[in-house]
Amino acid sequence: MLVSKTLLEVKNLKQYFPVKSGFKTIPLKAVDDVSFTINEGETLGLVGESGCGKTTVGRTLLHLYEPTAGEIIFDGEKVTKKNINRMRKKMQMVFQDPYSSLDPRMTVEDIIGEPLDVHKLYSNRKERREKVLELMNYVGLNSEHATRYAHEFSGGQRQRIGIARALAVDPKFIVCDEPVSALDVSIQAQVINMFEDLQAKLGVAYLFIAHDLLVVHHISKRIAVMYLGKIVEIADSDDLNANPLHPYTQSLLSAIPIPDPNITRSRKRIVLEGDVPSPLNMPTGCAFRTRCPYATEQCAKECPTLTDRGNGHMVACFNK
Amino acid sequence: MNKNPEYPKKKFLSAQIDLSKFAPATEEEKRQQDVMSESVTFFKDGMRRLFKNPLAVISIVLLSIVILTIIIAPMIVPYGYEEMLSVNGRRDKGAKNLAPFEYSEAEQKFIEEGGERFPHIFGTDEQCRDYFIRVVYGTRISLVVGIFASLIVLIIGMLIGSISGYFGGKVDLIIMRIVDIIYSLPDMLIIILLSVVLNEAIKFKPGTILADLGSNMISIFIVFGCLYWVSMARLIRGQILSIKENEYILAARSIGAKPGRIIRTHILPNCLSVIIISTALQVPSAIFTESYLSFIGLGVKAPMPSLGSLANAARSGLQSYPHKLIFPAIVICLIVLSLNLLGDGLRDAFDPKLKK
Ligand SMILES: Nc1ncnc2c1ncn2[C@@H]1O[C@H](COP(=O)(O)OP(=O)(O)OP(=O)(O)O)[C@@H](O)[C@H]1O
Ligand SMILES: [Mg+2]
Repeated sequence: MLVSKTLLEVKNLKQYFPVKSGFKTIPLKAVDDVSFTINEGETLGLVGESGCGKTTVGRTLLHLYEPTAGEIIFDGEKVTKKNINRMRKKMQMVFQDPYSSLDPRMTVEDIIGEPLDVHKLYSNRKERREKVLELMNYVGLNSEHATRYAHEFSGGQRQRIGIARALAVDPKFIVCDEPVSALDVSIQAQVINMFEDLQAKLGVAYLFIAHDLLVVHHISKRIAVMYLGKIVEIADSDDLNANPLHPYTQSLLSAIPIPDPNITRSRKRIVLEGDVPSPLNMPTGCAFRTRCPYATEQCAKECPTLTDRGNGHMVACFNK
Repeated sequence: MNKNPEYPKKKFLSAQIDLSKFAPATEEEKRQQDVMSESVTFFKDGMRRLFKNPLAVISIVLLSIVILTIIIAPMIVPYGYEEMLSVNGRRDKGAKNLAPFEYSEAEQKFIEEGGERFPHIFGTDEQCRDYFIRVVYGTRISLVVGIFASLIVLIIGMLIGSISGYFGGKVDLIIMRIVDIIYSLPDMLIIILLSVVLNEAIKFKPGTILADLGSNMISIFIVFGCLYWVSMARLIRGQILSIKENEYILAARSIGAKPGRIIRTHILPNCLSVIIISTALQVPSAIFTESYLSFIGLGVKAPMPSLGSLANAARSGLQSYPHKLIFPAIVICLIVLSLNLLGDGLRDAFDPKLKK
């Protein structure tokens, strides 16, 4: 196996949204001090429950939201407001909702061809068309559909259109923001397999966002678990599955149904108490302590940082 | 069913699973899974629904008749809108205030002598001018004013509204406060003041179209341009604010598209129906304003007629010649009514939420 190069490095990324409450504006800490790296051609899975800031991480990486603080280093170069247009030729995104992410007034050909237009990647109409058809072929779309409108397609097909659009500029890295959560289970498998095939063929790296650990485990080499804007655990995906350290990860894993009654019966389901705190009113210290069965006094005072427990298995917890 | 020879055929009555049922689908079978609806563009679909709406169809027919008349009539009718009638080169002083289809004495004599005379369909006015051709020209002026003023409103409103809606934040705040201020100005007062000022300030070269229209008309355009764009801008801003929330705008940004491109190719086409409809509804209101101004004497310069100034002129002889008020009034009603109905029809046809 080749030693792969670091493609993306994220250091202490923060994204605070100003939220008005009454006359004051208070920051909503959607992403708070997140760091991770992704190697070339590798997939990092990002899981966490709804509203924990996964989408915001993905969008901030592409500067769709200006980061409040932190650094994003892509391919050895710091991503800034100035070079973002050049960077967007190498970094792309597939969106969560296949219904609203395609312009209803455009044909499939124009949707997939738009990145080519923006970056002027062709010399004449014929070349553009050829490229679009090639991309449609890549993602398993029938070339006869090129002149149709997005609303005429099923969810799975729309997601393929979105993927073809992301692939049009030949990127090295794609943020996949829950690309399958709007699809039904049988289609999910098809689309996920396609992501894997494309990675094998084109060598793209993914940040694969999902709230379903099973899906992420299937596709990613490493997994990061997020809770309320922070990464609480990063590990190799098999390692995380076999030996989860953070209590939040443990509870997530225990909630996965296993199709074996013997295991299910003997297994203890960890049910978390209480609700997710509002991101506007975060607990002091560790964000998870209000629901953590192991919480101590230290957890209320200090915020745990990610520390390595061997083999690159990083956890942010005092007690585990 | 067993087309695939690799799978053994199930024996009759055996409990064994029929393997052929688990064969992978062929390409052809997979294609049947593609759920497709008939390919119709948004525009065609809307047009189809528009033509199913009887009121909209009636208004389209009425408008077509009016437009055809004002184009063709001046070619057929041998009188000019400022020409005083004359017979055999001599002014026909008797052709004053004739009733519809009536001939003056001089004309009757001319016809008896074997000459041909085009009938005065709407009669004549007190300056011996053919009234039909004046109404036709008046309609022309009114329509042109209406359409031009709406176009000015559309262009300015679209530009400012889309900038305000797309960029948001401080830009939006400042533009919207300016809009509020303009909204609170009394528009009629401004029109009257402006036309008084412009009358002094601008002198057009005689003979040009601008001079024919007169400074009042120009000030109407300016006022429309300066004042009436605000509601259009507000409308478009609101549309853009809601369209901006869609992920395809974010997708376009993530591709690297510039704001200008995003507004042009993604945002405006998606609020096109609203724009078309409100422009269609703007035309009658501009025509109304023009008629109103002409009626109080601030409209087009005489002898150029407009529907409003014709109605105003008819006021003095209202008791003796009521038809002179009725004709221009009917035309105004027809145009305004059919444009309003057409606008309503367009809105119903292009609003996806009303889709059946
Ligand atoms: N543009 C914004 N302005 C203000 N707050 C925002 C904005 N976008 C997201 N948020 C807030 O940031 C938090 C994280 O949102 P985000 O969309 O990243 O969650 P998510 O993990 O992707 O959830 P889901 O699984 O439902 O997609 C939420 O509390 C949300 O309300
Ligand atoms: Mg999300």
